[in-house]
Amino acid sequence: MPEKPAGTLYRGREGMWSWVAHRVTGFLIFFFLLVHVLDTSLVRVSPEAYNAVIGAYKNPVMGIGEAGLVAAIVFHAFNGIRVMLVDFWSQGTRYQRVMLWVVVGLVVVTMAGFLPRHLMNVFGAH
Amino acid sequence: MTAVAENSTSAAETKAGEIPSFDVTLRIRRLDPDRSDEPFWEEFTVTAHATDRVLDAMHKVKWEVDGSLTFRRSCAHGICGSDAMRINGRNRLACKTLLKDLDPSKPIVIEPIKGLPVLKDLVVDMEPFFASYREVMPFLITGGNAPTAERRQSPEERARYDDTTKCILCAACTSSCPVFWTDGQYFGPAAIVNAHRFIFDSRDEGAAQRLEILNDKEGVWRCRTTFNCSEACPRGIEVTKAIQEVKRAMITRAF
Repeated sequence: MPEKPAGTLYRGREGMWSWVAHRVTGFLIFFFLLVHVLDTSLVRVSPEAYNAVIGAYKNPVMGIGEAGLVAAIVFHAFNGIRVMLVDFWSQGTRYQRVMLWVVVGLVVVTMAGFLPRHLMNVFGAH
Repeated sequence: MTAVAENSTSAAETKAGEIPSFDVTLRIRRLDPDRSDEPFWEEFTVTAHATDRVLDAMHKVKWEVDGSLTFRRSCAHGICGSDAMRINGRNRLACKTLLKDLDPSKPIVIEPIKGLPVLKDLVVDMEPFFASYREVMPFLITGGNAPTAERRQSPEERARYDDTTKCILCAACTSSCPVFWTDGQYFGPAAIVNAHRFIFDSRDEGAAQRLEILNDKEGVWRCRTTFNCSEACPRGIEVTKAIQEVKRAMITRAF
């Protein structure tokens, strides 16, 4: 019974998905930096313009977005160390999977320290 | 295929020594360039035994159901490296994959390996793959006069590159690599594995040339360590490890 095409996704394991996550977080960080350079450079236009733009960020939606940004940066940073160890440590390829779970653990610990404080600022009364 | 045990637990009803059989569905991604450029999915249901491999089920389809099903295989015992294909989403050799290890209650999805042009059904054009292989000069390079006796090598020196001698050039690694899928320009794991086999051979004198070739922008540095190749290799070669060793050799031997 011939039917429509569309192939399946390659079923890679931890290594492939960590690479995908590293790429995605890398792109997110790149676009954040682009916007960040633009909004920060507004201070050269006029401090009022800068304040107006930065003020626009102070709402819950951006607050959640910031939490996501920090999570992306933390993952990208720790996984970057893992990638370097895979590249340059002679035992790195053997322990890549263990190192990925260490990375995930470190992200969870870091976010557990960051999120309560951040969400208090976003949603708490000032 | 006769006397199928209705209930596999009732061993008493099964004749001694009889291998249980079951129906298995193969869901194969096919392409017939004579009819259309569009690939299509087709399902075949055959009766197979618990000891059968995916290749046996495919033989059954080809020999008894649809002779137009096209795939490569030569030795059918995991040595020639002809029948690499994507089975349930992962690259494997059809002749080394037992049906019972794949959950035969669900259709078994079989596709050609990715990143190489499909010629027909599961047959891909291997030429880009072998072109990269030839480029790394996979043969012994020596200088000076040949010795009158054999070229001596200690067991330790031989062990240095033992892992990468196991390659059968099936392309399961190269066609599992996301970097290779993007544009097919990357040398690919298999070529690097076979370069590694000579770079770390104490008798070989061509290491500098090979490292120069692989120092290309499409060379080892495009490896993003996704480990798909190491998991796909039917010979159990630690492919990513070999690639990383070539990367490190490039840095250490340059200074």
